[in-house]
Amino acid sequence: MSGLLMPKPDDATMRRRDEIVADMRIIVPGEGVVDAANAMRAFESDGLTAYRQLPLVVVLPETVAQVSRVLKYCNDRNIRVVPRGSGTSLSGGALPLEDAVLLVMSRFNRILEIDFPNRIVVAQPGVTNLGITTAVEQEGFYYAPDPSSQIACSIGGNVAENSGGVHCLKYGLTANNVLGIEMVLMNGEVVRLGGKHLDAEGYDLLGVMTGSEGLLGVVTEVIVRILKKPETARALLIGFPTSEQGGQCVADIIGAGIIPGGMEMMDRPAIHAAEDFVHAGYPLDVEALLIVELDGPGVEVDHLIGLVEAIAYRNGSTTCRISQSEQERLSFWAGRKAAFPAVGRISPDYYCMDGTIPRKELPRVLHGMRELSEKYGLGVANVFHAGDGNLHPLILYDANVPGELDNAESFGADILRLCVKVGGVLTGEHGVGVEKRDLMPEMFNQIDLDQQMRVKCAFDPNHLLNPGKVFPQLRRCAELGRMHVHRGQTAFPDIPRF
Amino acid sequence: MTTFTPATAAETLATVQWAAAEESPLEILGHGSKRGIGRPLQTEHTLDLSKLSGVTLYEPAELVLSAKAGTPLAEIEKLLAENGQQLAFEPLDYGPLLGGEKGKGTIGGVLAANLCGPRRLRAGAARDHILGIAAVSGRGEAFKSGGRVVKNVTGYDLSKLMANSWGTLAVLTDVTFKVLPAAETEVTLALRGLLDDHAAAAMALALGSSAEVSSAAHLPERVAARVAGGSLGSTAATLLRVEGFGPSVAYRIAALKDLLGNAGPLEEISGEISLSVWRDIRDCAPFADGLEKPVWRVSMAPAQGHQMLLALRMQAAVDAFYDWQGGLIWLRMEQGDPEADLLRGLVRQYGGGHATLVRAAPSHRAAVPVFEPQAPQLAALSARLKAEFDPKNILNPGRMAPAAGSATLGPATEGAAS
Repeated sequence: MSGLLMPKPDDATMRRRDEIVADMRIIVPGEGVVDAANAMRAFESDGLTAYRQLPLVVVLPETVAQVSRVLKYCNDRNIRVVPRGSGTSLSGGALPLEDAVLLVMSRFNRILEIDFPNRIVVAQPGVTNLGITTAVEQEGFYYAPDPSSQIACSIGGNVAENSGGVHCLKYGLTANNVLGIEMVLMNGEVVRLGGKHLDAEGYDLLGVMTGSEGLLGVVTEVIVRILKKPETARALLIGFPTSEQGGQCVADIIGAGIIPGGMEMMDRPAIHAAEDFVHAGYPLDVEALLIVELDGPGVEVDHLIGLVEAIAYRNGSTTCRISQSEQERLSFWAGRKAAFPAVGRISPDYYCMDGTIPRKELPRVLHGMRELSEKYGLGVANVFHAGDGNLHPLILYDANVPGELDNAESFGADILRLCVKVGGVLTGEHGVGVEKRDLMPEMFNQIDLDQQMRVKCAFDPNHLLNPGKVFPQLRRCAELGRMHVHRGQTAFPDIPRF
Repeated sequence: MTTFTPATAAETLATVQWAAAEESPLEILGHGSKRGIGRPLQTEHTLDLSKLSGVTLYEPAELVLSAKAGTPLAEIEKLLAENGQQLAFEPLDYGPLLGGEKGKGTIGGVLAANLCGPRRLRAGAARDHILGIAAVSGRGEAFKSGGRVVKNVTGYDLSKLMANSWGTLAVLTDVTFKVLPAAETEVTLALRGLLDDHAAAAMALALGSSAEVSSAAHLPERVAARVAGGSLGSTAATLLRVEGFGPSVAYRIAALKDLLGNAGPLEEISGEISLSVWRDIRDCAPFADGLEKPVWRVSMAPAQGHQMLLALRMQAAVDAFYDWQGGLIWLRMEQGDPEADLLRGLVRQYGGGHATLVRAAPSHRAAVPVFEPQAPQLAALSARLKAEFDPKNILNPGRMAPAAGSATLGPATEGAAS
């Protein structure tokens, strides 16, 4: 673990471990409590495998009442809790703590209701993202957000991370597709936000919960909107001699009023790695490859394909193929979808970054990345959700070479600083977790961070739920609550009335 | 009684800092176009943001627009229209319903009230399009959240927290919204003469098809005559809006006709009439009558809306119509009593949702909770959040919920302030 500082384990909790394990067995009887080190090994990390830690104990509740009792028990005794869904987080959001109960929600795996007239599915949080689509696809419906881990990631985890996917420019993120949740606060209270209806009656706490990375509450039920599948989908595979031309093509497509279902770009290293791996038929003599997918009624898709093709030629594309069959469309995607494992073949390890930038800054950021690549002596391949500006640089390194992981992390941090500098953000869809925690001050000043922590204080004033994530520095809520105003120094008669 | 009219974020900050130090509550205003919504305020001073105005960034190809919070919505919508774009969530104009002018309102108010319109079903509300904010909390702290890009999960989404907060947590100074291309063509298919339950079934069928219906409303008999200058006539109208590129719209309208051909007589409405039909539904024009009869805005699961209304009609005289496939019900209480308990009880009985008393005399708004009362744990959580952001309760105190009073102030706060 390269220099990551986590909250100091609480001695009193560590000393009482046996008692806590026994009490957990009373609350969650049967197989729901795991305390043997070898069995807990399966939970020691999430998708960010550079960081590992065994928890105090693993608890797998089955009912909302159990979740509530576990949290209340821990809250009353000042014991930390780390919630976990499927453990696919790429930012260490579910990284265990040595002195914390790891609350694993995977047994909450049932679909509770399918309501076609209202186009709604009510699911327990451990149901996989794809599991929701599977449950409704016989009627031609699907759940739109499709993170690439959708076969494994849980819908509860999607809420925690506000997960996206390749279709989110047109169909929105998790936050735009979830209508309600049931959640348990750290003090054990069960709260329902939203429902089958639209919008909140008060503050938009559902909006705040979505993407809160397991620091505010534990989700026990999720109500999502489902959509009818588009009639058809076709894709264009377009190559450009420069990334500038590719970027301009993306801008022109949107400028023409077209919002594609998906719009992905790859740079030369990513194109070559993918082609070597899956032989998708990608052109190898281009600097940027664009996949534009249009979905909807056939007549609309045909109409838009013509428009996009013309825009591509105007921007100097050297190759432009249009899928003529479902098989060909899938072959266009095969290379993009295999980009991560493909890069895994050309490098012993790779480190996936997740910044978002204003689209027009793409050439500048790619250029900056090439300079950084030389500076750090590490290769980088880029895949890019071009429609929404979400960049996934894959930094190539070898963990067996001493110092190279640290070097890769420094490279990654510099890339994210560059993203922020051009008007972008640290993370588009993977979350802050522990990975980008210490970079938060690049984007936010202390006052900004204090406001975020005040939300935390309203939900979990003792910082017991998933501490050490998201915030670079934990400040006590009592200290944050003080108001430093000095009456009289800004006296009423002096205030300008503007 | 002082009205502060800051023209910069720094002046806004100074005003709130002064008010926090004096513990002097402020009414936060843009144009005041929604001033009649919420519990009546009794503040000594007013913070008027209408001078904090101007679009600060607009990049059509990036689909992003930033503006100071007091920028007129009308100015932004005009600028977007000139570039073939729009705020896709179609913010409604409460002015005429509340007896005010048409076309007022600021972009900050759009977010603070989480406005939306008939396209809510597919395009979401203001909350779904806000990308970033800058604001001043009731503590007198200027902060920012979010950014200018669509995909962003860096830290808590405080921008969404501002949606529907009605100026009670922080004073917005800047907002950044996602903007989208405006549809090239719009056609509305009208089914005529359906009763509410058949209309609900027809709308569910249409929304469950792949015709990508962007809005679905049902105007019962007589209400239909009160939109688009009476051009629909008085027969009940179940309206399905289809938007997009010309060939696609034609194809999807044909598909809907095939699907719904047996439901009743069909009419196609396009051009200016279609636009004005949806504008009037958006703005609740059928009840914009200059009267003070209470008007409710109720959000429920679409398929349950008409069942609730049927039960309500057994016990109260109401006029009503539906948007959002039947999930948004606008109600006018004909006998002058809001009947809040009756209505909210029925909403709970028919699957839940919320009812907001958007128009009523001040005496009713003082006596009846304007916003849906929350379950105790949720109300307590909301109160804790309010206390975190506005511990002195100086921002629109009591507008959403009765003020918690000084009980939320701990001894540490008192000490630091003296």
